[in-house]
Amino acid sequence: MQQRAAKRRKVNDVLVPLAASIGVFVAIAFLVSLLLYVISMGAGRLSPTLLLEYPSANPREAGMRSAILGSVFTVGLAGLICIPLSIATAIYLTEYAGNKWWSQVLRYNIANLAGVPSIVFGVVGLGFLVYGLGLGRSVIAGAFTLAILTLPYVTVVCVEAIRTVPEDQRFGAYALGATTYEVVRYIVLPRALPMMLTGGILGISRALGEAAPILVISGLIFIREDPMSLLSEFTVIPLQLYNWISRPQLVFQQLAAAGIIVLLVILLALNSLAIHLRQRFYRRLEEG
Amino acid sequence: MAEQQRSTVLLGSKSIYRRHLINRIAQSAFLLASLVSTVALIVIFFTLTAESISFFTNVSIIEFLTGTKWTVLFSEKHFGILPLLNATLITSAIAVAVAAPAGLAAAIYLSEYAGKRARGLLKPVVETLSGIPTVVYGYFALYFVTPQFLRGLIPDLGIHNALAVGLMIGVLVMPIVASLSDDAMKAVPEDLRMAAYSLGARKYQVVLRVVVPAALSGIVASVILAFARAMGETMIAAIAGGFRPVLSFDVREAMQTMPSYIAQVATGDAPHGTIEYQSLFAVGLFLLLITAALNFIGIRVVRRWEIRY
Repeated sequence: MQQRAAKRRKVNDVLVPLAASIGVFVAIAFLVSLLLYVISMGAGRLSPTLLLEYPSANPREAGMRSAILGSVFTVGLAGLICIPLSIATAIYLTEYAGNKWWSQVLRYNIANLAGVPSIVFGVVGLGFLVYGLGLGRSVIAGAFTLAILTLPYVTVVCVEAIRTVPEDQRFGAYALGATTYEVVRYIVLPRALPMMLTGGILGISRALGEAAPILVISGLIFIREDPMSLLSEFTVIPLQLYNWISRPQLVFQQLAAAGIIVLLVILLALNSLAIHLRQRFYRRLEEG
Repeated sequence: MAEQQRSTVLLGSKSIYRRHLINRIAQSAFLLASLVSTVALIVIFFTLTAESISFFTNVSIIEFLTGTKWTVLFSEKHFGILPLLNATLITSAIAVAVAAPAGLAAAIYLSEYAGKRARGLLKPVVETLSGIPTVVYGYFALYFVTPQFLRGLIPDLGIHNALAVGLMIGVLVMPIVASLSDDAMKAVPEDLRMAAYSLGARKYQVVLRVVVPAALSGIVASVILAFARAMGETMIAAIAGGFRPVLSFDVREAMQTMPSYIAQVATGDAPHGTIEYQSLFAVGLFLLLITAALNFIGIRVVRRWEIRY
Protein backbone atom coordinates (compact mmCIF):
# COMPACT_ATOMS: atom_id res chain seq x y z
CA MET A 1 0.00 0.00 0.00
CA GLN A 2 2.62 2.45 1.05
CA GLN A 3 4.64 1.68 -2.01
CA ARG A 4 1.69 2.40 -4.23
CA ALA A 5 1.08 5.75 -2.53
CA ALA A 6 4.72 6.66 -2.95
CA LYS A 7 4.53 5.76 -6.60
CA ARG A 8 1.40 7.87 -7.05
CA ARG A 9 3.17 10.83 -5.50
CA LYS A 10 6.07 10.37 -7.88
CA VAL A 11 3.70 10.29 -10.84
CA ASN A 12 1.92 13.41 -9.55
CA ASP A 13 5.23 15.14 -9.28
CA VAL A 14 5.54 14.82 -13.04
CA LEU A 15 1.88 15.28 -13.93
CA VAL A 16 1.22 18.51 -12.02
CA PRO A 17 3.92 20.63 -13.70
CA LEU A 18 2.97 19.07 -17.03
CA ALA A 19 -0.67 20.09 -16.55
CA ALA A 20 0.36 23.54 -15.39
CA SER A 21 2.60 24.10 -18.39
CA ILE A 22 -0.39 23.40 -20.65
CA GLY A 23 -1.68 26.86 -19.63
CA VAL A 24 1.41 28.46 -21.14
CA PHE A 25 1.48 26.27 -24.21
CA VAL A 26 -2.16 26.91 -25.00
CA ALA A 27 -1.32 30.62 -24.97
CA ILE A 28 1.62 30.09 -27.31
CA ALA A 29 -0.37 27.80 -29.63
CA PHE A 30 -3.17 30.35 -29.79
CA LEU A 31 -0.77 33.20 -30.56
CA VAL A 32 0.98 31.21 -33.28
CA SER A 33 -2.24 30.07 -34.96
CA LEU A 34 -3.63 33.61 -34.87
CA LEU A 35 -0.49 35.02 -36.48
CA LEU A 36 -0.32 32.27 -39.10
CA TYR A 37 -3.97 32.74 -40.02
CA VAL A 38 -3.67 36.52 -40.32
CA ILE A 39 -0.49 36.25 -42.39
CA SER A 40 -1.93 33.57 -44.67
CA MET A 41 -5.00 35.74 -45.28
CA GLY A 42 -3.33 39.11 -45.57
CA ALA A 43 0.21 38.71 -46.88
CA GLY A 44 -0.95 38.73 -50.50
CA ARG A 45 -2.71 42.07 -49.99
CA LEU A 46 0.26 43.92 -48.54
CA SER A 47 1.17 46.68 -50.96
CA PRO A 48 2.09 50.36 -51.04
CA THR A 49 -1.55 51.02 -51.99
CA LEU A 50 -2.63 49.79 -48.58
CA LEU A 51 -0.53 52.45 -46.87
CA LEU A 52 -0.81 55.35 -49.34
CA GLU A 53 -4.37 55.31 -50.65
CA TYR A 54 -7.65 56.45 -49.12
CA PRO A 55 -10.36 53.88 -48.36
CA SER A 56 -12.48 52.97 -51.33
CA ALA A 57 -15.43 50.78 -52.21
CA ASN A 58 -13.19 49.20 -54.82
CA PRO A 59 -10.95 46.85 -52.82
CA ARG A 60 -8.14 47.01 -55.35
CA GLU A 61 -7.67 50.74 -54.78
CA ALA A 62 -8.51 50.73 -51.06
CA GLY A 63 -5.92 51.79 -48.52
CA MET A 64 -5.83 53.12 -44.99
CA ARG A 65 -3.95 56.37 -45.45
CA SER A 66 -6.52 58.48 -43.59
CA ALA A 67 -6.67 55.89 -40.79
CA ILE A 68 -2.88 55.79 -40.40
CA LEU A 69 -2.64 59.58 -40.27
CA GLY A 70 -5.64 59.71 -37.94
CA SER A 71 -3.98 57.21 -35.59
CA VAL A 72 -0.67 59.08 -35.69
CA PHE A 73 -2.30 62.43 -34.86
CA THR A 74 -4.80 61.20 -32.30
CA VAL A 75 -2.55 58.76 -30.47
CA GLY A 76 0.48 61.06 -30.73
CA LEU A 77 -1.50 63.91 -29.21
CA ALA A 78 -2.88 61.57 -26.54
CA GLY A 79 0.71 60.62 -25.66
CA LEU A 80 1.73 64.28 -25.44
CA ILE A 81 -1.11 64.88 -22.99
CA CYS A 82 -0.90 61.63 -21.05
CA ILE A 83 2.85 61.16 -20.52
CA PRO A 84 3.64 64.52 -18.85
CA LEU A 85 0.46 64.23 -16.75
CA SER A 86 1.43 60.73 -15.64
CA ILE A 87 4.97 61.75 -14.76
CA ALA A 88 3.72 64.76 -12.79
CA THR A 89 1.10 62.66 -11.00
CA ALA A 90 3.69 60.03 -10.09
CA ILE A 91 6.07 62.71 -8.80
CA TYR A 92 3.36 64.27 -6.67
CA LEU A 93 2.27 60.93 -5.21
CA THR A 94 5.76 59.67 -4.39
CA GLU A 95 7.80 62.80 -3.61
CA TYR A 96 5.31 65.34 -2.26
CA ALA A 97 2.16 63.73 -0.89
CA GLY A 98 3.71 61.06 1.32
CA ASN A 99 1.08 58.97 3.08
CA LYS A 100 -1.45 61.70 3.72
CA TRP A 101 -5.13 60.83 3.34
CA TRP A 102 -5.63 62.68 0.07
CA SER A 103 -2.73 60.81 -1.48
CA GLN A 104 -4.55 57.56 -0.58
CA VAL A 105 -7.69 58.96 -2.22
CA LEU A 106 -5.75 59.94 -5.36
CA ARG A 107 -4.20 56.48 -5.60
CA TYR A 108 -7.58 54.85 -5.12
CA ASN A 109 -9.09 57.01 -7.86
CA ILE A 110 -6.32 56.11 -10.28
CA ALA A 111 -7.06 52.42 -9.64
CA ASN A 112 -10.78 53.12 -10.19
CA LEU A 113 -10.09 54.93 -13.45
CA ALA A 114 -8.15 51.88 -14.66
CA GLY A 115 -11.26 49.77 -14.02
CA VAL A 116 -13.61 51.85 -16.21
CA PRO A 117 -14.44 49.88 -19.40
CA SER A 118 -12.95 51.55 -22.47
CA ILE A 119 -16.32 51.85 -24.23
CA VAL A 120 -17.56 53.96 -21.31
CA PHE A 121 -14.71 56.41 -21.98
CA GLY A 122 -16.10 56.68 -25.50
CA VAL A 123 -19.64 57.38 -24.32
CA VAL A 124 -18.44 60.03 -21.87
CA GLY A 125 -16.16 61.53 -24.54
CA LEU A 126 -19.20 61.80 -26.81
CA GLY A 127 -21.37 63.46 -24.16
CA PHE A 128 -18.76 65.69 -22.55
CA LEU A 129 -16.18 66.53 -25.23
CA VAL A 130 -18.04 66.16 -28.52
CA TYR A 131 -21.34 67.80 -27.44
CA GLY A 132 -20.77 69.29 -23.95
CA LEU A 133 -17.64 71.26 -24.83
CA GLY A 134 -18.60 71.46 -28.50
CA LEU A 135 -15.37 69.95 -29.82
CA GLY A 136 -17.30 67.92 -32.38
CA ARG A 137 -16.26 64.47 -33.59
CA SER A 138 -12.69 65.72 -33.81
CA VAL A 139 -9.09 64.59 -33.44
CA ILE A 140 -8.77 66.56 -30.20
CA ALA A 141 -11.85 64.91 -28.64
CA GLY A 142 -10.42 61.48 -29.52
CA ALA A 143 -6.98 62.42 -28.21
CA PHE A 144 -8.31 63.63 -24.84
CA THR A 145 -10.36 60.47 -24.45
CA LEU A 146 -7.41 58.20 -25.21
CA ALA A 147 -5.15 60.27 -22.93
CA ILE A 148 -7.45 59.81 -19.93
CA LEU A 149 -7.93 56.14 -20.82
CA THR A 150 -4.19 55.43 -20.73
CA LEU A 151 -3.42 57.79 -17.84
CA PRO A 152 -3.74 55.20 -15.02
CA TYR A 153 -1.52 52.62 -16.77
CA VAL A 154 1.28 55.06 -17.53
CA THR A 155 1.03 56.58 -14.04
CA VAL A 156 1.48 53.17 -12.41
CA VAL A 157 4.66 52.54 -14.44
CA CYS A 158 5.97 56.03 -13.58
CA VAL A 159 5.40 55.41 -9.86
CA GLU A 160 7.33 52.13 -10.15
CA ALA A 161 10.10 53.93 -12.03
CA ILE A 162 10.45 56.45 -9.22
CA ARG A 163 10.49 53.65 -6.62
CA THR A 164 13.68 52.26 -8.21
CA VAL A 165 15.60 55.43 -7.29
CA PRO A 166 17.49 54.61 -4.07
CA GLU A 167 16.38 56.53 -0.95
CA ASP A 168 19.95 57.39 0.14
CA GLN A 169 20.50 59.44 -3.02
CA ARG A 170 17.48 61.56 -2.10
CA PHE A 171 18.64 61.86 1.52
CA GLY A 172 22.08 62.89 0.32
CA ALA A 173 20.58 65.73 -1.68
CA TYR A 174 18.24 66.76 1.13
CA ALA A 175 21.16 66.79 3.56
CA LEU A 176 22.91 69.28 1.29
CA GLY A 177 19.86 71.54 1.55
CA ALA A 178 18.14 70.75 -1.74
CA THR A 179 14.44 71.52 -2.06
CA THR A 180 12.03 68.72 -3.04
CA TYR A 181 11.86 70.16 -6.54
CA GLU A 182 15.65 70.06 -6.85
CA VAL A 183 15.67 66.45 -5.66
CA VAL A 184 13.06 65.62 -8.28
CA ARG A 185 14.83 67.55 -11.01
CA TYR A 186 18.41 66.43 -10.40
CA ILE A 187 18.14 63.08 -8.61
CA VAL A 188 14.82 61.38 -9.37
CA LEU A 189 13.99 62.37 -12.96
CA PRO A 190 17.36 61.64 -14.61
CA ARG A 191 17.33 58.14 -13.17
CA ALA A 192 13.65 57.30 -13.63
CA LEU A 193 13.03 58.91 -17.02
CA PRO A 194 13.94 55.96 -19.29
CA MET A 195 11.56 53.63 -17.48
CA MET A 196 8.89 56.35 -17.48
CA LEU A 197 9.25 56.64 -21.24
CA THR A 198 8.96 52.86 -21.48
CA GLY A 199 5.62 53.16 -19.69
CA GLY A 200 4.65 55.99 -22.03
CA ILE A 201 5.37 53.88 -25.10
CA LEU A 202 3.39 50.96 -23.68
CA GLY A 203 0.51 53.38 -23.06
CA ILE A 204 0.75 54.64 -26.63
CA SER A 205 0.67 51.13 -28.05
CA ARG A 206 -2.39 50.39 -25.94
CA ALA A 207 -4.10 53.53 -27.25
CA LEU A 208 -3.16 52.59 -30.81
CA GLY A 209 -5.12 49.33 -30.55
CA GLU A 210 -8.24 50.86 -29.01
CA ALA A 211 -11.23 50.82 -31.33
CA ALA A 212 -14.26 50.99 -29.03
CA PRO A 213 -13.96 54.50 -27.54
CA ILE A 214 -12.95 56.03 -30.86
CA LEU A 215 -15.88 54.29 -32.58
CA VAL A 216 -18.29 56.12 -30.26
CA ILE A 217 -16.54 59.46 -30.72
CA SER A 218 -15.83 59.49 -34.44
CA GLY A 219 -18.57 57.18 -35.67
CA LEU A 220 -17.83 54.71 -38.44
CA ILE A 221 -17.21 57.22 -41.18
CA PHE A 222 -15.67 57.11 -44.58
CA ILE A 223 -12.83 59.61 -44.77
CA ARG A 224 -11.06 60.43 -47.99
CA GLU A 225 -8.89 63.28 -46.83
CA ASP A 226 -6.00 63.74 -44.40
CA PRO A 227 -6.86 65.11 -40.95
CA MET A 228 -5.43 68.63 -41.19
CA SER A 229 -6.38 70.26 -37.90
CA LEU A 230 -7.27 69.41 -34.32
CA LEU A 231 -10.93 69.84 -35.19
CA SER A 232 -10.90 67.60 -38.29
CA GLU A 233 -13.05 64.52 -38.41
CA PHE A 234 -10.92 61.39 -38.34
CA THR A 235 -10.74 57.65 -38.21
CA VAL A 236 -8.05 55.32 -36.81
CA ILE A 237 -6.43 52.07 -37.95
CA PRO A 238 -8.48 49.68 -35.75
CA LEU A 239 -11.70 51.33 -36.95
CA GLN A 240 -10.71 51.03 -40.58
CA LEU A 241 -10.08 47.34 -39.86
CA TYR A 242 -13.48 47.03 -38.17
CA ASN A 243 -15.05 48.57 -41.27
CA TRP A 244 -13.36 46.04 -43.55
CA ILE A 245 -14.08 43.13 -41.21
CA SER A 246 -17.82 43.95 -41.25
CA ARG A 247 -18.01 43.56 -45.04
CA PRO A 248 -18.91 40.05 -46.18
CA GLN A 249 -16.72 39.88 -49.31
CA LEU A 250 -13.55 37.79 -49.09
CA VAL A 251 -11.44 40.58 -50.62
CA PHE A 252 -12.24 42.87 -47.71
CA GLN A 253 -11.41 40.11 -45.24
CA GLN A 254 -8.00 39.83 -46.89
CA LEU A 255 -7.63 43.58 -46.84
CA ALA A 256 -8.49 43.55 -43.13
CA ALA A 257 -5.87 40.85 -42.53
CA ALA A 258 -3.26 42.91 -44.38
CA GLY A 259 -4.22 45.93 -42.26
CA ILE A 260 -3.92 43.79 -39.11
CA ILE A 261 -0.38 42.84 -40.17
CA VAL A 262 0.49 46.54 -40.52
CA LEU A 263 -0.98 47.32 -37.10
CA LEU A 264 0.80 44.40 -35.43
CA VAL A 265 4.13 45.40 -37.02
CA ILE A 266 3.73 48.95 -35.66
CA LEU A 267 2.90 47.57 -32.19
CA LEU A 268 5.85 45.17 -32.34
CA ALA A 269 8.17 48.07 -33.24
CA LEU A 270 6.85 50.17 -30.35
CA ASN A 271 7.22 47.31 -27.89
CA SER A 272 10.77 46.56 -29.05
CA LEU A 273 11.60 50.22 -28.48
CA ALA A 274 10.12 49.99 -24.99
CA ILE A 275 12.12 46.86 -24.18
CA HIS A 276 15.29 48.47 -25.54
CA LEU A 277 14.75 51.53 -23.33
CA ARG A 278 14.08 49.36 -20.30
CA GLN A 279 17.26 47.36 -20.81
CA ARG A 280 19.32 50.53 -21.12
CA PHE A 281 17.64 51.71 -17.96
CA TYR A 282 18.62 48.59 -16.02
CA ARG A 283 22.18 48.78 -17.33
CA ARG A 284 22.36 52.34 -16.02
CA LEU A 285 20.94 51.20 -12.69
CA GLU A 286 23.59 48.53 -12.35
CA GLU A 287 26.35 50.97 -13.21
CA GLY A 288 24.88 53.17 -10.45
CA MET B 1 29.04 63.41 -12.88
CA ALA B 2 28.14 66.11 -15.38
CA GLU B 3 24.67 66.16 -13.89
CA GLN B 4 26.01 66.77 -10.41
CA GLN B 5 28.38 69.52 -11.49
CA ARG B 6 25.64 71.34 -13.32
CA SER B 7 23.36 71.09 -10.33
CA THR B 8 25.91 72.66 -7.95
CA VAL B 9 26.34 75.52 -10.37
CA LEU B 10 22.60 76.00 -10.65
CA LEU B 11 21.93 75.72 -6.93
CA GLY B 12 24.72 78.13 -6.08
CA SER B 13 23.49 80.84 -8.40
CA LYS B 14 19.97 81.17 -6.97
CA SER B 15 18.83 82.72 -3.74
CA ILE B 16 17.20 80.42 -1.24
CA TYR B 17 13.89 82.32 -1.49
CA ARG B 18 13.79 81.82 -5.21
CA ARG B 19 14.57 78.13 -4.87
CA HIS B 20 11.73 77.63 -2.40
CA LEU B 21 9.39 79.65 -4.59
CA ILE B 22 10.21 77.41 -7.53
CA ASN B 23 9.60 74.39 -5.32
CA ARG B 24 6.18 75.74 -4.31
CA ILE B 25 5.20 76.43 -7.91
CA ALA B 26 6.34 72.97 -8.99
CA GLN B 27 4.46 71.37 -6.12
CA SER B 28 1.22 73.11 -7.14
CA ALA B 29 1.72 72.08 -10.76
CA PHE B 30 2.29 68.43 -9.78
CA LEU B 31 -0.72 68.51 -7.46
CA LEU B 32 -2.87 69.92 -10.26
CA ALA B 33 -1.75 67.17 -12.61
CA SER B 34 -2.47 64.47 -10.04
CA LEU B 35 -6.02 65.79 -9.66
CA VAL B 36 -6.78 65.06 -13.32
CA SER B 37 -7.71 61.41 -12.78
CA THR B 38 -10.06 62.33 -9.93
CA VAL B 39 -11.64 65.09 -12.04
CA ALA B 40 -11.99 62.59 -14.90
CA LEU B 41 -13.85 60.17 -12.62
CA ILE B 42 -16.21 62.95 -11.55
CA VAL B 43 -16.80 63.98 -15.19
CA ILE B 44 -17.46 60.36 -16.15
CA PHE B 45 -19.99 59.92 -13.38
CA PHE B 46 -21.81 63.22 -13.95
CA THR B 47 -21.93 62.98 -17.74
CA LEU B 48 -23.41 59.49 -17.54
CA THR B 49 -25.84 60.45 -14.79
CA ALA B 50 -27.03 63.66 -16.48
CA GLU B 51 -27.98 61.97 -19.75
CA SER B 52 -29.34 58.95 -17.90
CA ILE B 53 -31.72 61.24 -16.00
CA SER B 54 -33.09 62.49 -19.34
CA PHE B 55 -33.40 58.87 -20.40
CA PHE B 56 -35.29 57.88 -17.28
CA THR B 57 -37.76 60.75 -17.61
CA ASN B 58 -38.95 58.92 -20.74
CA VAL B 59 -38.47 55.33 -19.59
CA SER B 60 -39.56 53.84 -16.30
CA ILE B 61 -36.63 52.53 -14.29
CA ILE B 62 -38.66 49.42 -13.42
CA GLU B 63 -39.13 48.60 -17.11
CA PHE B 64 -35.41 49.17 -17.67
CA LEU B 65 -34.36 46.79 -14.92
CA THR B 66 -36.99 44.07 -15.37
CA GLY B 67 -38.05 44.25 -19.03
CA THR B 68 -37.16 41.31 -21.23
CA LYS B 69 -37.24 43.17 -24.56
CA TRP B 70 -34.64 45.64 -25.78
CA THR B 71 -35.85 47.17 -29.05
CA VAL B 72 -34.62 50.75 -28.75
CA LEU B 73 -33.51 50.86 -32.39
CA PHE B 74 -36.87 49.65 -33.72
CA SER B 75 -40.03 51.69 -34.24
CA GLU B 76 -41.88 49.91 -31.43
CA LYS B 77 -39.56 50.56 -28.54
CA HIS B 78 -39.03 48.45 -25.42
CA PHE B 79 -36.39 49.32 -22.89
CA GLY B 80 -35.69 46.18 -20.86
CA ILE B 81 -31.94 45.77 -20.25
CA LEU B 82 -32.17 42.06 -19.32
CA PRO B 83 -31.32 40.66 -22.79
CA LEU B 84 -28.17 42.79 -22.94
CA LEU B 85 -27.25 42.04 -19.31
CA ASN B 86 -27.84 38.32 -19.83
CA ALA B 87 -25.62 38.21 -22.93
CA THR B 88 -22.89 40.17 -21.15
CA LEU B 89 -22.96 37.81 -18.17
CA ILE B 90 -22.99 34.67 -20.35
CA THR B 91 -20.05 35.71 -22.53
CA SER B 92 -18.10 36.87 -19.47
CA ALA B 93 -18.83 33.60 -17.65
CA ILE B 94 -17.52 31.61 -20.64
CA ALA B 95 -14.50 33.90 -20.70
CA VAL B 96 -13.74 33.29 -17.04
CA ALA B 97 -14.32 29.55 -17.47
CA VAL B 98 -11.43 29.67 -19.96
CA ALA B 99 -9.27 32.30 -18.31
CA ALA B 100 -9.39 31.08 -14.71
CA PRO B 101 -8.04 27.51 -15.17
CA ALA B 102 -5.66 28.42 -18.00
CA GLY B 103 -4.42 31.54 -16.20
CA LEU B 104 -4.00 29.75 -12.88
CA ALA B 105 -2.16 26.87 -14.55
CA ALA B 106 0.13 29.30 -16.33
CA ALA B 107 0.74 31.16 -13.06
CA ILE B 108 1.58 27.93 -11.22
CA TYR B 109 3.98 26.94 -13.96
CA LEU B 110 5.65 30.36 -14.24
CA SER B 111 5.88 30.98 -10.51
CA GLU B 112 6.77 27.53 -9.19
CA TYR B 113 8.24 25.40 -11.99
CA ALA B 114 9.77 27.51 -14.76
CA GLY B 115 13.44 28.34 -14.43
CA LYS B 116 14.54 31.94 -14.46
CA ARG B 117 15.25 31.93 -18.20
CA ALA B 118 12.06 30.12 -19.19
CA ARG B 119 10.08 32.51 -17.00
CA GLY B 120 11.75 35.56 -18.55
CA LEU B 121 10.89 34.23 -22.00
CA LEU B 122 7.38 32.86 -21.40
CA LYS B 123 5.84 35.53 -19.16
CA PRO B 124 6.03 38.24 -21.86
CA VAL B 125 4.55 35.77 -24.38
CA VAL B 126 1.54 35.17 -22.12
CA GLU B 127 1.17 38.91 -21.51
CA THR B 128 1.24 39.59 -25.26
CA LEU B 129 -2.24 38.07 -25.36
CA SER B 130 -3.70 41.18 -23.70
CA GLY B 131 -1.63 43.49 -25.88
CA ILE B 132 -3.18 42.39 -29.16
CA PRO B 133 -5.88 44.84 -30.32
CA THR B 134 -9.32 43.38 -29.73
CA VAL B 135 -10.46 43.97 -33.34
CA VAL B 136 -7.86 41.32 -34.23
CA TYR B 137 -9.51 38.86 -31.83
CA GLY B 138 -12.89 39.71 -33.33
CA TYR B 139 -11.57 39.02 -36.81
CA PHE B 140 -10.05 35.72 -35.72
CA ALA B 141 -13.27 34.67 -33.96
CA LEU B 142 -15.54 35.51 -36.89
CA TYR B 143 -13.46 34.11 -39.74
CA PHE B 144 -11.43 31.32 -38.15
CA VAL B 145 -12.59 30.12 -34.71
CA THR B 146 -16.29 29.88 -35.51
CA PRO B 147 -16.28 28.54 -39.11
CA GLN B 148 -13.13 26.44 -39.10
CA PHE B 149 -12.79 25.26 -35.51
CA LEU B 150 -16.02 25.40 -33.49
CA ARG B 151 -18.29 24.33 -36.36
CA GLY B 152 -16.35 21.07 -36.47
CA LEU B 153 -17.52 20.40 -32.90
CA ILE B 154 -20.97 22.01 -33.06
CA PRO B 155 -22.28 21.87 -36.64
CA ASP B 156 -25.38 24.05 -36.10
CA LEU B 157 -23.42 26.97 -34.68
CA GLY B 158 -24.48 30.42 -35.94
CA ILE B 159 -21.97 32.62 -37.78
CA HIS B 160 -22.39 35.09 -34.96
CA ASN B 161 -22.53 33.32 -31.60
CA ALA B 162 -21.92 33.90 -27.92
CA LEU B 163 -19.61 30.89 -27.55
CA ALA B 164 -16.85 32.21 -29.82
CA VAL B 165 -17.13 35.65 -28.20
CA GLY B 166 -16.75 34.16 -24.73
CA LEU B 167 -13.79 31.97 -25.73
CA MET B 168 -11.96 34.89 -27.37
CA ILE B 169 -12.56 37.21 -24.41
CA GLY B 170 -11.28 34.36 -22.24
CA VAL B 171 -7.98 34.33 -24.12
CA LEU B 172 -7.85 38.12 -23.89
CA VAL B 173 -8.28 38.23 -20.08
CA MET B 174 -6.25 35.10 -19.30
CA PRO B 175 -3.05 37.17 -18.74
CA ILE B 176 -4.89 39.16 -16.05
CA VAL B 177 -5.46 35.94 -14.07
CA ALA B 178 -1.98 34.62 -14.89
CA SER B 179 -0.14 37.81 -14.01
CA LEU B 180 -1.97 38.68 -10.77
CA SER B 181 -1.98 35.06 -9.54
CA ASP B 182 1.72 34.81 -10.34
CA ASP B 183 2.34 37.95 -8.26
CA ALA B 184 0.29 36.49 -5.40
CA MET B 185 2.19 33.18 -5.45
CA LYS B 186 5.56 34.90 -5.70
CA ALA B 187 4.60 36.83 -2.56
CA VAL B 188 4.20 33.61 -0.54
CA PRO B 189 7.28 33.50 1.67
CA GLU B 190 9.95 30.88 1.04
CA ASP B 191 9.75 29.75 4.70
CA LEU B 192 6.33 28.19 4.14
CA ARG B 193 7.62 26.14 1.23
CA MET B 194 10.71 25.09 3.19
CA ALA B 195 8.62 24.06 6.19
CA ALA B 196 6.48 21.83 3.97
CA TYR B 197 9.53 20.30 2.33
CA SER B 198 11.08 19.59 5.71
CA LEU B 199 7.93 17.61 6.61
CA GLY B 200 8.61 15.42 3.60
CA ALA B 201 6.15 16.96 1.13
CA ARG B 202 6.79 16.54 -2.55
CA LYS B 203 6.96 19.58 -4.78
CA TYR B 204 3.44 19.19 -6.20
CA GLN B 205 2.09 18.92 -2.64
CA VAL B 206 3.89 22.10 -1.66
CA VAL B 207 2.52 23.89 -4.71
CA LEU B 208 -1.08 22.70 -4.49
CA ARG B 209 -1.52 22.51 -0.71
CA VAL B 210 0.68 25.32 0.55
CA VAL B 211 1.39 27.94 -2.12
CA VAL B 212 -2.00 28.03 -3.87
CA PRO B 213 -4.05 28.18 -0.63
CA ALA B 214 -1.71 30.86 0.75
CA ALA B 215 -2.16 32.92 -2.41
CA LEU B 216 -5.89 32.26 -2.68
CA SER B 217 -7.05 35.82 -1.99
CA GLY B 218 -4.92 37.11 -4.84
CA ILE B 219 -6.10 34.35 -7.16
CA VAL B 220 -9.79 34.97 -6.42
CA ALA B 221 -9.29 38.70 -6.88
CA SER B 222 -7.58 38.13 -10.23
CA VAL B 223 -10.59 36.11 -11.43
CA ILE B 224 -13.03 38.82 -10.31
CA LEU B 225 -11.00 41.53 -12.05
CA ALA B 226 -10.83 39.39 -15.20
CA PHE B 227 -14.61 39.02 -15.09
CA ALA B 228 -15.03 42.80 -14.81
CA ARG B 229 -12.67 43.34 -17.73
CA ALA B 230 -14.53 40.72 -19.78
CA MET B 231 -17.86 42.49 -19.22
CA GLY B 232 -16.54 45.70 -20.75
CA GLU B 233 -15.03 44.12 -23.85
CA THR B 234 -16.60 45.66 -26.94
CA MET B 235 -15.03 44.86 -30.29
CA ILE B 236 -14.97 41.06 -29.97
CA ALA B 237 -18.67 41.05 -29.04
CA ALA B 238 -19.55 43.58 -31.76
CA ILE B 239 -17.74 41.66 -34.51
CA ALA B 240 -18.35 38.02 -33.56
CA GLY B 241 -21.46 38.21 -31.35
CA GLY B 242 -23.93 39.89 -33.65
CA PHE B 243 -26.32 42.77 -32.98
CA ARG B 244 -29.25 40.68 -31.82
CA PRO B 245 -30.72 41.59 -28.42
CA VAL B 246 -32.48 38.41 -27.38
CA LEU B 247 -32.95 36.91 -23.94
CA SER B 248 -31.57 33.44 -24.52
CA PHE B 249 -29.28 30.96 -22.85
CA ASP B 250 -28.30 29.21 -26.07
CA VAL B 251 -24.63 30.06 -26.60
CA ARG B 252 -24.80 28.85 -30.20
CA GLU B 253 -26.92 31.89 -31.04
CA ALA B 254 -26.05 35.48 -31.73
CA MET B 255 -26.44 37.69 -28.65
CA GLN B 256 -25.88 41.36 -28.08
CA THR B 257 -23.92 42.44 -25.02
CA MET B 258 -24.15 45.89 -23.41
CA PRO B 259 -20.88 47.20 -24.97
CA SER B 260 -21.90 45.71 -28.30
CA TYR B 261 -25.18 47.67 -28.17
CA ILE B 262 -23.24 50.88 -27.56
CA ALA B 263 -21.02 50.01 -30.54
CA GLN B 264 -24.06 49.40 -32.73
CA VAL B 265 -25.61 52.77 -31.88
CA ALA B 266 -22.24 54.44 -32.51
CA THR B 267 -21.96 52.71 -35.89
CA GLY B 268 -25.34 53.97 -36.99
CA ASP B 269 -26.74 57.40 -36.55
CA ALA B 270 -28.13 58.50 -33.19
CA PRO B 271 -28.64 62.27 -33.30
CA HIS B 272 -27.91 64.22 -30.14
CA GLY B 273 -30.94 64.40 -27.83
CA THR B 274 -32.86 61.42 -29.17
CA ILE B 275 -33.84 58.49 -26.95
CA GLU B 276 -31.33 56.28 -28.82
CA TYR B 277 -28.58 58.75 -27.92
CA GLN B 278 -29.67 58.89 -24.29
CA SER B 279 -29.82 55.09 -24.10
CA LEU B 280 -26.04 55.03 -24.68
CA PHE B 281 -25.55 56.76 -21.37
CA ALA B 282 -28.06 54.65 -19.44
CA VAL B 283 -26.43 51.44 -20.68
CA GLY B 284 -22.96 52.92 -20.10
CA LEU B 285 -23.86 53.92 -16.53
CA PHE B 286 -25.35 50.50 -15.80
CA LEU B 287 -22.23 48.79 -17.18
CA LEU B 288 -19.96 51.09 -15.20
CA LEU B 289 -21.84 50.47 -11.94
CA ILE B 290 -21.60 46.68 -12.33
CA THR B 291 -17.90 46.65 -13.26
CA ALA B 292 -17.10 49.17 -10.51
CA ALA B 293 -18.87 46.95 -7.98
CA LEU B 294 -16.89 43.93 -9.18
CA ASN B 295 -13.60 45.84 -9.03
CA PHE B 296 -14.50 47.03 -5.54
CA ILE B 297 -15.23 43.45 -4.42
CA GLY B 298 -11.95 42.29 -6.02
CA ILE B 299 -9.94 44.86 -4.09
CA ARG B 300 -11.86 44.04 -0.89
CA VAL B 301 -11.18 40.31 -1.28
CA VAL B 302 -7.47 41.00 -1.35
CA ARG B 303 -7.62 43.33 1.68
CA ARG B 304 -9.95 41.14 3.71
CA TRP B 305 -8.46 37.70 3.21
CA GLU B 306 -4.91 38.56 2.45
CA ILE B 307 -2.58 36.62 4.70
CA ARG B 308 0.16 39.07 5.60
CA TYR B 309 3.59 37.69 6.21
